[in-house]
Amino acid sequence: MNGESVVFWVSGTFAVVGALGMVVSKKAVHSALWVAFAMVNIAVLYFALEAPFLGTTQIIVYTGAVMMLFLFVLMIVGVDSSDSLLETIKGQRLLASLFALTFGGVIVASIASTLSSPSAGLAIANAGYGGHLQAIGFLVFGTYLFAFEALSALLITAALGAMVLAHNERWTPRKTQDQLQKERTFSNHVTPLPAPGVLARNNSVDTPALLPDGTTSIESLPNAFRGEGQVSKSNSIEEAGK
Amino acid sequence: MNPNNYLILAAILFTIGVYGVLVRRNAIIVFMSVELMLNAANLAFVAAARNTGTLDGLVIAFFVMVVAAAEVVVGLAIIVTIFRTRRSASIDEASLMKY
Repeated sequence: MNGESVVFWVSGTFAVVGALGMVVSKKAVHSALWVAFAMVNIAVLYFALEAPFLGTTQIIVYTGAVMMLFLFVLMIVGVDSSDSLLETIKGQRLLASLFALTFGGVIVASIASTLSSPSAGLAIANAGYGGHLQAIGFLVFGTYLFAFEALSALLITAALGAMVLAHNERWTPRKTQDQLQKERTFSNHVTPLPAPGVLARNNSVDTPALLPDGTTSIESLPNAFRGEGQVSKSNSIEEAGK
Repeated sequence: MNPNNYLILAAILFTIGVYGVLVRRNAIIVFMSVELMLNAANLAFVAAARNTGTLDGLVIAFFVMVVAAAEVVVGLAIIVTIFRTRRSASIDEASLMKY
């Protein structure tokens, strides 16, 4: 076994594990971290495939930018596990598994049944341009210049589109200090909301405060943590007694 | 090592992505599965480029990354907009085109 096989089997296995973890995880944040893990391992495979430029780009663009964007959006949307695992279409999971298995089986079988010639390697192609980066640069800014220009237009359009889509128009006039004060006075909470319960064992804001009767106060949590399955159980009386 | 191994790995990753798109309900996780499929296709491009000893596959994979970045930006903006109006990121609840 040479070095490349070791890298392939280790990183390839990790990439598949990461992908499976993404599909299986209940919480979207865990899924995002699993995908980031899979993508780092795919980047390692690019390095093994004599493509160090793409490996670096993969880490910077995918794990650095795209997955972190996913995490930002998860923070906006709320990390509550809104993904119900109930089937809305009867038998969908079974049919999807069957379809995926057949699909994967057909592709894998057809690839495995083709004859493989020994890999040509990129050394000769790189040498024709005087180096790997020089070769990529020549192709991007020479042979594929029009595709490159079209992509720059696409990126600008996408950035504009995202700004237009995510723009939040203010429909109601801003509340004055007077209105805010009156709202607060006539609401049920004249005082500030209770602070999260921070104990010696747990120092995070997802720990609810304890009320005098031993129950937990949901109002002590930030909105993002109020969903089902998000509240930390570590502050309940039963847990504390252990 | 058999160069087809990389293609088989790409096919497996793509299949997992397909399964994720079909089964998951959370729009963000569906989107991550799409990203995984794009990554699998990229892996196949890079492996094929090395097998044939040409560099065009690397450039195409690079362009795919750029398109994926643009797609993520617009897609996540759409998800955030839907979440603002419906307070939910579940794809089942966005089944209507209006209201």
